[in-house]
Amino acid sequence: MRRSFIGENPSVLWFLLALSLFTLGVTVLSEVTGVALISTSFVKTLGKTLCLCLIAVAMDVVWGYCGILSLGHFAFFGLGGYAIGMWLMYARTEAIVLESLAGQPLPPTPQEVSDAIGNQIFGVVGSSEFPLIWAFADNLYLQLLMVVLIPGLLALVFGWLAFRSRVTGVYLSILTQAMTLALSLYLFQNDSGLRGNNGLSGLQNIPGYEDTSQAVISIVFFWASAFALGAGYLFFAWVVSGKMGSVIKGIRDNEARVRFLGYHVESYKLFVFTITAVVSAIAGALYYPQAGIINPGEIAPIASIYLAVWVAIGGRGRLYGAVIGAAFVSLLSSWFTGGGAPPLNLGFYTIQWTDWWLVLLGLSFVAVTLFFPKGIGGLFDYLVRKPE
Amino acid sequence: MSTLLEVSGVSVSFDGFRAINNLSIQFAEAELRAIIGPNGAGKTTFMDIVTGKTKPDEGRVTWGERNVSLLGMSESQIANEGIGRKFQKPTVFEDQTVRQNLAMALKNPRGPFAVLTHKKTKRNAERIEATADQIGLLDSLMRVAGNLSHGQKQWLEIGMLLAQEPRLLLVDEPAAGMTSEEREKTTDILREAAQTRAVVVVEHDMEFVRRLDCKVTVLHEGSVLAEGSLDHVTANQRVIDVYLGRGHA
Ligand SMILES: Nc1ncnc2c1ncn2[C@@H]1O[C@H](COP(=O)(O)OP(=O)(O)OP(=O)(O)O)[C@@H](O)[C@H]1O
Ligand SMILES: [Mg+2]
Repeated sequence: MRRSFIGENPSVLWFLLALSLFTLGVTVLSEVTGVALISTSFVKTLGKTLCLCLIAVAMDVVWGYCGILSLGHFAFFGLGGYAIGMWLMYARTEAIVLESLAGQPLPPTPQEVSDAIGNQIFGVVGSSEFPLIWAFADNLYLQLLMVVLIPGLLALVFGWLAFRSRVTGVYLSILTQAMTLALSLYLFQNDSGLRGNNGLSGLQNIPGYEDTSQAVISIVFFWASAFALGAGYLFFAWVVSGKMGSVIKGIRDNEARVRFLGYHVESYKLFVFTITAVVSAIAGALYYPQAGIINPGEIAPIASIYLAVWVAIGGRGRLYGAVIGAAFVSLLSSWFTGGGAPPLNLGFYTIQWTDWWLVLLGLSFVAVTLFFPKGIGGLFDYLVRKPE
Repeated sequence: MSTLLEVSGVSVSFDGFRAINNLSIQFAEAELRAIIGPNGAGKTTFMDIVTGKTKPDEGRVTWGERNVSLLGMSESQIANEGIGRKFQKPTVFEDQTVRQNLAMALKNPRGPFAVLTHKKTKRNAERIEATADQIGLLDSLMRVAGNLSHGQKQWLEIGMLLAQEPRLLLVDEPAAGMTSEEREKTTDILREAAQTRAVVVVEHDMEFVRRLDCKVTVLHEGSVLAEGSLDHVTANQRVIDVYLGRGHA
């Protein structure tokens, strides 16, 4: 009667297998092996895509399984990126400053070093003081803790306030949009302590590995992203299977009924909202070192809306659907907006995809919602017969 | 017999309309009770108040031998006190199997971490199967609830109530939309459930109420109009005027 978790969820095994093969394949074809069929910059694009797949899985759990249409999960992604970015920028600037001060006859005092680093980092916003929020930036381990702690706490407090007052549906979505908008506007300010609209940059340079080529670094991050996606997928597949899955799907379908069964619905929503926020933050912390730069624009409300579009197109309520949606749409999007798609000549008008891609995406979203509510992932139902 | 639930002097208004008007009603341990009354009499609203969905404007609702007040409690706390509820419209989780529906209802720790680390045990499986047997769905455990017939869904919902092991079951119109055969079976399930706990059934169908063979309370305009055996209340002139006269009998 008792079957193993994998036995009951064969798609998990298939997914992990596909992910491993993909990771190996990309590695073999990358510049590190000398085959160089895949450029370093494309390895980075693929690594970033894996991070987007991870946040899409989190989004699918919170929306597709628990029914909370959060339009703010990219705020947590961005915060994770900022948190790791602070250490990257600090440690690298410190190394540069120490090197430049090394030639002086008198060894620099710690205060001088700190001032010089502050000057380097905050000069662009006319300051040299370290804001309080940089207190742990000199310590990788503490800052890694911040990657999960800060977005986690924000999600906990926000979720507690929202769920406790029983805000649901559209109102909750609007509230999450307001949260991400407020955060991004705050970060745009020069005195936010995070360099205003300049954001944090140079994140592709990993302190201590100055002599390692970007080809190697890109593969390491690619592997780390693949591992995070695999682990996150496994974790969420476990969460949504079994009784927890029953309860959160129950909350999605009929919240009141779950309450009258004696479950404290608010705690469950808070739990799901917070763990998905933390996983989003981890995805962000892996994404931005590959992107090289993070600025407040990344947290703009529209980013979180795209996330919902990916999950809808991929098929919500199934984790591999979210992965497919995020990978497919984000790669297609960079192909179209990067000028990869040839212009379409209609005779009377030439469609430039850089301008028209968003329209196409919007139309696809509407079409999927109306005609294929199960999304791309729904195609798998034709391959595998479900009981009844 | 000792009082299990006591509602006294409860009133509630919606936009100035008094749906429940100084209602007082009591239920004893392990009693079977039918509540009847015309549409809009406040039967469902009464259940909403007891289960914490609606807060009354005034009055008291006390529970158990220690007479704790239910009014400050949330829906889930009240459910955990031992009050189960079946809705007027059958509400089961249509996406999930009969087994999953029952497993969710089964009396077990309700916190997120207990649920996350929940392991399927033989004992739980036996409890689920015993309940499924009681409601005649033992052969349908692996079926998706959305594919059940209307009557089976109603039974599944009653089964979910039983699995919660409540001390009081509030059942809103369980026989609505059922064939007469299904109704008969529903009566049996409810009568059996009432052997060990209090069961309160709201129903319009007089045949059904007669078969329950229990004390009847007639609600009208938010308060009790008459109470007693079915024959006693149906002989009451006011009951005939406001309820039976409208063609319900
Ligand atoms: N949330 C609400 N807001 C406004 N009015 C309500 C609300 N709930 C109930 N009412 C009104 O209160 C009155 C009692 O409703 P209730 O549903 O309790 O009746 P009922 O006895 O269950 O009727 P029925 O036999 O039709 O199920 C009705 O007039 C109804 O319109
Ligand atoms: Mg009613």
